[in-house]
Amino acid sequence: MSPDRVVAAIDQGTTSTRCLLFHRSGRMLAVARREHRQHYPRSGWVEHDAEEIWRNVARVVPAALRRAGLTPDSIVALGIANQRETTVVWDRHTGAPLTRAITWQDTRTDGVVARLVADGHGALFTSICGLTPATYFAGPRLRWLLDHVPGARAGAEAGDVLFGTMESWLIWNLTGGPDGGRHVTDVTNASRTMLMDLRTKTWSEPLLEVLRVPRAMLPEIRPNAQVYGTCRSVLPGVPVAGALGDQQAALVGQACFAPGEVKCTYGTGAFLLMNTGGAIAESTHGLIATVGYELGEARAYALEGAIAVTGALVQWFRDALGMITTAAEIETLASSVPDNGGCYIVPAFSGLYSPRWHPEARGVMVGLTSFVTRGHLARAVLEATGWQTREVVDAMDADSGLPVARLKVDGGMTANHLLMQFVADVLDVPVERPLGSEAVSLGAAYAAGLAVGHWADLEVLRGNWRRAAAWTPRMDPALRAAEHENWSHAVQRSYGWVREPGPE
Amino acid sequence: MAEHQVGRRSQPVATVRGVAGPIRSIERAAAVLRLLGGAGRPLGLRELAAALDLPPPTAHGIVRTLCAVGFVDQDPDTARYRLGPGLRELRAGGWDRHELRARAMDWSDSLAGSTGLAVVLGVPDGAAVRLVHHVFRPDGSPQRIRTGAVQPLHATAAGKCLLAFAPLGLPPLRALRLDRYTGRTCTGAGALQEQLALARRRGWTTDHGEYEPGVGGAAAALRSGGGLVVGALGVCGPVEELFGSGAELRPRLAGELAAAAREVSATLGAPG
Repeated sequence: MSPDRVVAAIDQGTTSTRCLLFHRSGRMLAVARREHRQHYPRSGWVEHDAEEIWRNVARVVPAALRRAGLTPDSIVALGIANQRETTVVWDRHTGAPLTRAITWQDTRTDGVVARLVADGHGALFTSICGLTPATYFAGPRLRWLLDHVPGARAGAEAGDVLFGTMESWLIWNLTGGPDGGRHVTDVTNASRTMLMDLRTKTWSEPLLEVLRVPRAMLPEIRPNAQVYGTCRSVLPGVPVAGALGDQQAALVGQACFAPGEVKCTYGTGAFLLMNTGGAIAESTHGLIATVGYELGEARAYALEGAIAVTGALVQWFRDALGMITTAAEIETLASSVPDNGGCYIVPAFSGLYSPRWHPEARGVMVGLTSFVTRGHLARAVLEATGWQTREVVDAMDADSGLPVARLKVDGGMTANHLLMQFVADVLDVPVERPLGSEAVSLGAAYAAGLAVGHWADLEVLRGNWRRAAAWTPRMDPALRAAEHENWSHAVQRSYGWVREPGPE
Repeated sequence: MAEHQVGRRSQPVATVRGVAGPIRSIERAAAVLRLLGGAGRPLGLRELAAALDLPPPTAHGIVRTLCAVGFVDQDPDTARYRLGPGLRELRAGGWDRHELRARAMDWSDSLAGSTGLAVVLGVPDGAAVRLVHHVFRPDGSPQRIRTGAVQPLHATAAGKCLLAFAPLGLPPLRALRLDRYTGRTCTGAGALQEQLALARRRGWTTDHGEYEPGVGGAAAALRSGGGLVVGALGVCGPVEELFGSGAELRPRLAGELAAAAREVSATLGAPG
C-alpha cells in the first residue's frame, strides 16, 4: 500500500502560526504551533514582525511533519488561512519589510478613514467594494504606510516596494522571495482591502485613486484554489495551491456550500458568515458583503457579521473579576443556578457592532437585586453570547432573504455545552458541531487539495463533514420572546454612555 | 515573617514507633506553600531560597515540583511564584468537570473519528456516573446529546471503570443497588467484583448491552497528576461492533481507547 498522501495547511493567526496536516478524510494528523510577539508601540497601535512570522512558518512546517512521521514528499499541496486585513509592505529586491506589519486590531487609520468620509467618498467605497470605510480594513493602512514610511511611496511607484496581506507575504516568500517569488493574493483577502471591486473581483481604479495607492505595488488577485507557485523553501517542490482569509476558510472547512448555510466561529469574538450564493446581499442591517470563496467553478459571496466580545467576556469574568480560575469553569458556575435570576450583561466594551452599530455604547450589567449570585452572573455572561448571535442571525435573515435553518459552529467556546444549548434555544434552530475543531485550517487544506485534484469536488468535502454534536431548541416560545425583550431592554440601557466622542 | 514560618520546621514532630520520621522534602514543600500563601505577593526563587535557608537549586527543585502538581503557579512575565489553582481544587475534590471536557475534547473527537463509535466522558456523581461529554457516532445518524445524563455505575462501562479505578470517590460496592436494566446486567456483587478485578488487570472495562439492550461500551481511566483517576473515557456502539468472537473487545478498539485515554491523561498532568 502506498503511504497516505496528506495536505498541509498553514494557519497564520493573530497570536500564533500553526501548521496542520490533514488526511483525505479531513482528519487532522498533526499540528505544530509557534507564537509571535505582539508589538504595541503606542495606544491603539498593534504590530507584528512579518519576518518573525515567516521564520515561524519555516519552523512549524517541519515540526508538524516530524510529529506525523512524514517527509515532504508525502505532502500533495499546501494551503494558507490567515488573519485578515493585516498589512505589510516589503522591498522586492531584498525581501525585507519596510516596517512592521500593521494588524487588523490597529486603529491608527481613524484619521485616514474620517477624512475619506468627510470628503464624501463613503458611498463610492460602499458601492464598489461593499465595505463602509472603517479602520478595520487593509486599504487605509496601506495609505498610512505610504504616507508615513520614508521611501515607501517612491519605492511603490518605481515597482520596488510590494504590498500584501499575510497570505501574499507568505506565498511570495515560499515561492522564492526576491528570487522569483509569486506576488499574488486571493479574492477573499482582496475583498477586505477596500480596494477591490466586489463584482469584477479586480482592483478598482477609482478606489486606488482615492486612497492614492500605486497600482504597481499590488498583488495579482487569484481564486482560492489554484496552484500559485511551487515552494522553493520549507516544502521544496510542493505546490502552494490554496489561500483564504481565516473566516472564509472556516466557511469552506464547515462545508457551507449552499446558499443560506451559516457558520459561526466562537473565539475571543465571534464571526458569522452566511453563504449567499451568486448574490451580493446588500445589508441594511450593518452586516458586511464579502467574497465567500472561489473554488474552481464554485463561487459564492457571503454576508458577514462580527461580534466583538464573546469569549473575551468570559476572560474578563475570569481575569478581571476573578470569579473563576479557568474559562471552562464558567459552565460549572452557570449550572449551579436554573436561570439568570433577572440579570443581563451587555458587553459593549468598545461600543456595539453589527447589527446595532452604537460606538458610544458601553457595557452594562442590569437587573441586579440582592437575589443575584455569582452563578446568575455566569449565566448572564454566557447568555450575552447567545443573544448577540441571535441579533446577527436575525439581520442575516432580513438581508439575505434566506432563513437560517441551522447553525454550524466551531471554535473554543463550542466546548461549552450549556452555551451551545442556549444558542439553539434563542435561535430556535439546531446548532451543530463538526468532528474536529479545526474548521479554519481544514478550509485552507480543502482549497489546496481541490486545486491539485486530491479531492474531486465540493460534494466529497461535504461528505467529510461529520456531526459530532447537535443541540436542538427546547425553550418555551413564550419564554424565548420574553427573554428576548429583556435583552433588548438591557441593550437600550447601554446606549449613549460615552457623551464626548473619544480620540477619533 | 519568613523567619517565623521557617522556624516551624524545627519544631519536634510526634513519631510513632516503627514509622519513619518526617520526610524532609515534604516539610520543605509545605514551608514553600506557607511562604507563598502569607507573602501577599508573588515571590522570586532567590527570596524563597533565602527564606528557607536552602541553596537555590534545591529550592528550585521543590518549587518546580509544586508547579507540576498545580499547587504553585509561575507568573510567565516576572518568573515569580504564587499559589496555584490546584490548591483550590483540593476542597472541590478534583478536576472541574467542564475543564476535564475542554481538555479531553480534541482526543475525544479523534477517538470517535478513528473508531467510528460514539465517545463519552464520565465522572463520579454520588452513587452514579455523570456524562460530562458526548461525541456522536460520526455516521450522520440522528442522535441526541447526552451530556449531563446520569447512569448506573454497575451497568455501564464508564461506571464500572470508576468502580475499578477510583473506588474512593464512590460508595462501597455493597452499598450500591444493583438494579437490573437488561437481561445482561450484572446484579451480583461477587460477579461484579470479578469483572472489576479483571478490568484492573487489563486496563479497561466493558458493557455488553447491560444498560440498554444491544448497546455496548468500553472505557478506560483518565488520570491526572500523581496518577489519580478523575474520570472514564468510553466508546459506545452496537455490541457486535465492539466485541468479536468470545465476546472479547476487539484489540484495535482496545488499543485506540487506551491510546486516547493516555493522551487525555497527559493533558491532565498524569505521569507519562
